[in-house]
Amino acid sequence: MTETAAPDVKSKKFRMVDYGLIAMMILPILACIVLKVLFTPASEGVNISGALVFWSNEPELGMTTLYLSESQINSWAVMISILGLCLYLTHGLTAKAVTKRQLIAEWLVEKSEKLVKDNMGGFFAEWGPFIAAIMGLSAFSSLICLVGLFSPTGDVNVTFGWAILVFFLIMHFKFRGGLWNYFIGLFKPIPVFAPMNLIGEIATPVSMAFRHYGNILSGAVISALIGSALTGLSRSLLSWLPGVFADMPLLRVGLPAVLSIYFDVFSGVMQAFIFAMLTMLNVAGAVPWDEWNARRKKRNKTEIQNTAA
Amino acid sequence: MDNGMLELALGIMLGLLGLGAGCAMIAGIGPGIGEGNAVAKACEAIGRQPECKSDVTSTMIMGCAIAETTGLYGLIVAILLIFVAPGSFKDILLTAVGKK
Repeated sequence: MTETAAPDVKSKKFRMVDYGLIAMMILPILACIVLKVLFTPASEGVNISGALVFWSNEPELGMTTLYLSESQINSWAVMISILGLCLYLTHGLTAKAVTKRQLIAEWLVEKSEKLVKDNMGGFFAEWGPFIAAIMGLSAFSSLICLVGLFSPTGDVNVTFGWAILVFFLIMHFKFRGGLWNYFIGLFKPIPVFAPMNLIGEIATPVSMAFRHYGNILSGAVISALIGSALTGLSRSLLSWLPGVFADMPLLRVGLPAVLSIYFDVFSGVMQAFIFAMLTMLNVAGAVPWDEWNARRKKRNKTEIQNTAA
Repeated sequence: MDNGMLELALGIMLGLLGLGAGCAMIAGIGPGIGEGNAVAKACEAIGRQPECKSDVTSTMIMGCAIAETTGLYGLIVAILLIFVAPGSFKDILLTAVGKK
């Protein structure tokens, strides 16, 4: 590796690129807030509804209705923000770390690679970026509700899409042992178990999707219920206050924020970790090592060992 | 069918949907017991081997979150029954009596 000269951190060009990347992180979120404000119908109090639909087409012959909803827009905004964050953290990398952000970036990369290596084994050592991407996207998608936007993970379509992606990966590795072996495996230990095994295969993505979606949605619903309850309570208790204070839901100050530490922050980050963890365990557990190695032996290829799983 | 009967039918439908949502949340019992067991065992494990506290805690939280899943299925069914089902069921009812 060639030694690159340390970038001039104070130079004007470096600063300008930095500001551009910070704008790349913040502007998509701001654009989402503006879109939400423009499209939210005026209504009284707190209502529990799904994602706003910005655009939908008239179904023509043989077509279903296509929706462009808040969850799609928000997840793209989150993706652009995460891309901006990654570019910002890796801006001005040197062999010897001179900036704080390089230390943070190195810490993140090392942690994700260690996590993947510990849980999936040496064969999957290069899966760090994928797992880190899933975890980061999921965590930031859940945390976006802290700025008042709809969490994309509170929409079952988004989490189901991720779960189907993981399902394809699992299937890809299960077929490594040969299609026939996989088919035979469904009838083990006795043929009566075949339907149950088949349901078990399909249950993995369904349970992954519903677990994530249900946790985020339940947090949002409980927050909305508490918000509306406190609004009603403050209307009935504090209506004697003078002027505009009578209409303000003053009791809503404080308590929802404390509860959101659990329902939004802890629950969101936890579910991101669990989704990534289950992805790792399911994919790593899907590989039929014995059958695969037997097939490789037949074709005169070297055996593969999954070290330190 | 006159309007009085229709109102009665809608009322019965909404009431039964609420009852169904309540019954669906019986699913909350299972995860409660399961997570209680998990935390009790984790406390025992930490008491026996205090040096493993961080490992045991992270495994416990992971297991709790997975055990929560069945309860969440019940919760999703309840939420669907309360917020989604009334609209579609009302349409079905109105279509059946020919009001739509």
